Amino acid sequence: MAISRIAQGGVVALGSALWGWSTGAYAEYELNMPQGVTSISKDVYDLHMLIFWICVAIGIGVFGVMFWSIYHHRKSRGAVAAQFHESTVIEIIWTIIPMAILIAMAVPATGTLVRMADARDAELTIKVTGYQWRWQYDYLDQGVSFFSTLSTPQAQIRNTASKGEHYLLEVDNPLVVPVGKKVRILTTAADVIHSWWVPDLGWKKDAIPGFINEAWTQIDKPGIYRGQCAELCGRDHGFMPVVVKAVSPEEFEQWLVQMKAQANPQTAQNKPVSLSATVPGGQTL
Amino acid sequence: MSTAAPTHEHGHDHEHHGPAPGLSRWILTTNHKDIGTLYLLFSLLMFFIGGAMALVIRAELFQPGLQIVDPHFFNQMTTMHALVMIFGAVMPAFVGLANWLIPIMIGAPDMALPRMNNWSFWIMPFAFTLLLSTLFTAGGGPAGGWTLYPPLVLQTGEAFPFVILAVHMMGASSIMGAINIVATILNLRAPTMTLMKMPLFVWTWLITAFLLVAVMPVLAGAVTMLLTDKYFGTSFFNAAGGGDPVMFQHIFWFFGHPEVYIMILPAFGVISMIIPTFARKPLFGYASMVYATASIAFLSFIVWAHHMFTVGMPLAGELFFMYATMLIAVPTGVKVFNWVSTMWRGSMTFETPMLFAIAFVILFTIGGFSGLMLAIAPADFQYHDTYFVVAHFHYVLVPGAVFSIMAAAYYWLPKWTGHMYNEKLGQWHFWLSVVGINVLFFPQHFLGLAGMPRRIPDYALQFTEFNMISTVGAFIFGISQLLFAYNVIQTIRGGAKATDQVWEGAKGLEWTLSSPPPYHTFQTAPRVD
Ligand code: HEM
Ligand SMILES: [Cu+2]
Ligand SMILES: [Cu+2]
Repeated sequence: MAISRIAQGGVVALGSALWGWSTGAYAEYELNMPQGVTSISKDVYDLHMLIFWICVAIGIGVFGVMFWSIYHHRKSRGAVAAQFHESTVIEIIWTIIPMAILIAMAVPATGTLVRMADARDAELTIKVTGYQWRWQYDYLDQGVSFFSTLSTPQAQIRNTASKGEHYLLEVDNPLVVPVGKKVRILTTAADVIHSWWVPDLGWKKDAIPGFINEAWTQIDKPGIYRGQCAELCGRDHGFMPVVVKAVSPEEFEQWLVQMKAQANPQTAQNKPVSLSATVPGGQTL
Repeated sequence: MSTAAPTHEHGHDHEHHGPAPGLSRWILTTNHKDIGTLYLLFSLLMFFIGGAMALVIRAELFQPGLQIVDPHFFNQMTTMHALVMIFGAVMPAFVGLANWLIPIMIGAPDMALPRMNNWSFWIMPFAFTLLLSTLFTAGGGPAGGWTLYPPLVLQTGEAFPFVILAVHMMGASSIMGAINIVATILNLRAPTMTLMKMPLFVWTWLITAFLLVAVMPVLAGAVTMLLTDKYFGTSFFNAAGGGDPVMFQHIFWFFGHPEVYIMILPAFGVISMIIPTFARKPLFGYASMVYATASIAFLSFIVWAHHMFTVGMPLAGELFFMYATMLIAVPTGVKVFNWVSTMWRGSMTFETPMLFAIAFVILFTIGGFSGLMLAIAPADFQYHDTYFVVAHFHYVLVPGAVFSIMAAAYYWLPKWTGHMYNEKLGQWHFWLSVVGINVLFFPQHFLGLAGMPRRIPDYALQFTEFNMISTVGAFIFGISQLLFAYNVIQTIRGGAKATDQVWEGAKGLEWTLSSPPPYHTFQTAPRVD
């Protein structure tokens, strides 16, 4: 009985995998970091590409010399070993040039980092609280609060139903934000450490119990952006996605009105532990 | 270097005893060669156990959906795989190499503290039996990652105190091993073996041993605080009790970053021995190699928070750790340039140890490049905790540390056993490993950049292709290691007789001994010039 059930499951899994292949349910793969939809995410992408190309150039140089040597300086080609074993000049040169390259990388990196750290003048503040295993979003000044939980059915995870397009990257209630506005995001957690990450926004920030971390974003393009918890947080760490829906400011206002009207009673009692005791550096909310 | 024949040794045949018979030889031994052998065989066993766990992980990740294991067990596998590979495979392998080689490289009769040497080894099998047995306790083994971050790690079940005890035991073993190495190198060198004549393997181990003595106690402190937080009502890391979970990460990485260098500095040493031999040319920049190693060791103490860019440090902290981390690229670069210059205008041959050494230089450098990318804090906000990091550290640890260990095994096995290994099989092992490892880890860069977090048992559909490729690579790599084990065992049992010199270009005291060397060597100090 049990065995036949396993066998049956196996057949279904295999079948659905093949079906997935043939119908192209397997989403398009990506090779590189997304450029994202904020000015910060584009800066981060540029930085990433800059360093990447520098590494490629150095790699071509170093490995080029090495392969040339491997080809020409082999005993089977009659190479006779030279006996030199140091050169102060060369050694100084190849210490100084890398230093210069590093400084060239550090300058733009510092600029981006400073911009990312500046969360002043935000127009909207949302507190994100990580739980095992879902997110809670609090719009602090609007009094709107709700949980956001994975909505992929268990059957898809257990391979008894075919997987949807946004398998594991879909939630019941996405975070809704207005485009073109600077949104401050405060992360914290109620149990263990989580990390809130949407690649298209260009960063992740740990959500740590007892701490409130600050970050910000300003999304340029309306759309739905998907990410995941990035810090191991226990059994269902792989099953707590982040979905952000960026809408026009008007649409956002409408959504807020609707949310307030719904006045969700269940979220009120699920507030995390008193925050005032846990705010670092006397930051007030 | 050459040795003057010891003159009086055979005059009075004092208590020249060989090994004790049977099992007691191995249990009671204080001989550095026996203990070296024990360490190396133990590490090979752990390599296969840790490898089997890795294959469980990769098998589950072959396709999206949960097929083989439950997520909780998956997390136990990732945690245990790392602990077993780091503390059970890579570190003991290097200690084994140190035991076998340091005395015969510096002209010492044995390690300075031979009884402690026996003890440091024999703690290990108990520590790992304890650690592995926790997989069978209620609630399973540790599943919070090898980094043991609280509060998550405090959710471990009955396994918790046993894991902490096992970590303490491994730590004690490492500290004793390190003290022994420092004492041996500083006190037992042949009088003519000055510090700046020491082979690089000895230098890198000297520096590594200082790192070990400095940071293993820090790990011990950190895990003890976890223990008291869980069982004795302290709140070191518990925010609700006034503690600080991020403090654990600072303490852990103050240990953890030097730890990664503990796993790579001896590898640098090995590679610096092998490349000159097969290039038939002296190592380029010996002195700068020593200084580069020392600078890397120093810098490794001030970069730890590059593992924590996303925890929300102040801007000044992020900048400091970013700049300091980038600096490590300089001495690391010096090393790579020196290896390439050593090959330059040499007269190279490509026996198995050289092949592994060349692959090391290339693939470790690729890992260094991704390290440099990770050092850029704003970019790390994207890379952190993704498969990009997994690709980075596997490039530096597998074709880095592990390849260097394999290169060392092939290089010195003829010396140790007196038999040549099977070269053809060695070449097969190399090519399968090098192909397997790249198929396994290169696509993980893409996965991370495309947004796949690490430590997840199931993933979104756009990650399918590269995960499948990676799993295929894992099985190629994993299975080809059986060739290595087979080759090693066959070489121990017999094979073509090795000469004393073994390799045409080999230089150094160990090659002046017979192959295999007698049970006791250099009871009279050799002369080095
Ligand atoms: C050029 C030299 C290197 C640089 C600049 C560098 C930089 C980094 C950075 C910034 C991280 C953190 C990434 C993150 O979690 O977001 C990291 C992770 C790591 N590195 Fe390196 N690295 C270098 C070499 C090495 C070497 C030689 C080893 C070991 C042999 C190593 C082993 C590791 C490991 C094990 C991790 C991940 C630890 C974990 O989170 O579990 N790295 N490296
Ligand atoms: Cu998580
Ligand atoms: Cu590090």
